[in-house]
Amino acid sequence: MSATVLPGTVVPAQHANLKLGPGLIQKSDAGAAGPSIITTRTGTLNHSSNGSKWWVESNSRRYVPAPQESVIGVVVQKVGDGFRVDIGAAHSASLDGLAFEGATKRNKPNIKIGCVVYARVSLAHKDMEPELECFDAQTRKAEGFGEVKGGFLVRCSLKMCRNLLDPKHFLLPLLGARFPLEAAVGMNGRVWINAKEPRQIIAISRCIEAVDPDGGGMDEAGIKAFLGTLDI
Amino acid sequence: MRPPSPSIPEKEFLYTSLKESLRLDGRLSMEIRSPTLTFGDDLGWVECSLGKTRVLAQVEGKMVKPPPERPYEGIITIHSEISPMASNEYEPGRPSDEEVTITRMLDKVLKRSDAVDKESLCILAGQRVWHIRLTLHFLADAGNMLDCACLAGIVALKHFRRPDVEVVGDEVTVHEPTERAPIPLAIHHTPFCFTFAFFPDPTIPPVIDPSQLEQRLSAGMISIALNAQRELCVLQKLGGVPLDPDEVLKIVIIAVQKAKELNGVVEARLKEDWEGRHVEVR
Repeated sequence: MSATVLPGTVVPAQHANLKLGPGLIQKSDAGAAGPSIITTRTGTLNHSSNGSKWWVESNSRRYVPAPQESVIGVVVQKVGDGFRVDIGAAHSASLDGLAFEGATKRNKPNIKIGCVVYARVSLAHKDMEPELECFDAQTRKAEGFGEVKGGFLVRCSLKMCRNLLDPKHFLLPLLGARFPLEAAVGMNGRVWINAKEPRQIIAISRCIEAVDPDGGGMDEAGIKAFLGTLDI
Repeated sequence: MRPPSPSIPEKEFLYTSLKESLRLDGRLSMEIRSPTLTFGDDLGWVECSLGKTRVLAQVEGKMVKPPPERPYEGIITIHSEISPMASNEYEPGRPSDEEVTITRMLDKVLKRSDAVDKESLCILAGQRVWHIRLTLHFLADAGNMLDCACLAGIVALKHFRRPDVEVVGDEVTVHEPTERAPIPLAIHHTPFCFTFAFFPDPTIPPVIDPSQLEQRLSAGMISIALNAQRELCVLQKLGGVPLDPDEVLKIVIIAVQKAKELNGVVEARLKEDWEGRHVEVR
């Protein structure tokens, strides 16, 4: 069931273990009967089959940091022991120099200004600077986080990033069947891509822009025709 | 907020692919994004978009008393302020370098090149002249706002119609658009602007109509304003990239070619829009 909602719509969500996803907040009314759940965004309202998880599906380009999300950042400044990283949010994030796998005071990663890092948001509050870490929360190992070298950075909308992370989405497997590629998808609207030839990287970048819901939202057939026109 | 410099992978990839003459959006080195012109209900309201770069131009006219040193000419003023709507790098109130460049270039291309005949804007010498005000709003910045702004400006001036005015002795009667058909401005020629970007590595050839990343990573830019009759209005070179006279001539020849094509497109669009408008004659 998915109905289109506007901000401020009251949602009839009742469950013992209710979990609210993006776009919903709980307001405790002083007069009315108990707390009510209200939407804060425009989009389609969805919920899981047993009614315990509810969320609003919407699209935007501006990223709001949330903990445990993987993002792609660009290092802009070296601050003491750590770095200041731009992740496209309202504040720059801080990344400690020791927040890498196997980093000690003597053995720090060699990261310069302008490097691209794939990191995880460890702390995110509304008015504070978000903090990043370059290792997995449970295993404390790199698991792909850290500096990414070479390749290219593509900007896209937030919904497109979520689509690319979905294993059932068609785009990356379709491109991967044609030529080998590497991709790191950040939840902040940035995707790092790498392939052997510049032509291939340009093709991936243009495909991502074409499939983006903001820029046309081409479907699978359209992309196959589009790939035919590029010479890879 | 100052824009962060492009990251190292973006920089290296751009230079690598430009060496092979591959642009990131699939265009050829000398291919401009095809312009889309949208006209509004009011005459003189035009939105021009070059790919994702969008600029809105609006022309208004009102009657004022001319300054005593120039009693026989009308007045044309251009207002262009980049708001943060274009991109989150621009701050309101503080003109960035790019904004100053655009304002100066628009002044040279549209005012100082005498595109619009100012003497025809005179109604009663020393007493009443037309003050034509061109306002430009920058809606989105995806590189090369200058060319987009110049195009929007000149098309808006061509699209605008001012009310018909009758002068009998010292009496001035302004006719409503419903009484008498409004008349177009007297335009001598239609200048178009083309910008080319050069890169620090001299083996990389120049590209026309740079996108935002190409503009940020360029070492210098050269802008040429000319009309379809092969007359150069302005040639402006920014940045310290040394150029041979042959290279400059090559670029000018390409710009001449593009100006002719663009002129054809603009004339066709203006004609199409004019035919769609209902002009009642009573």
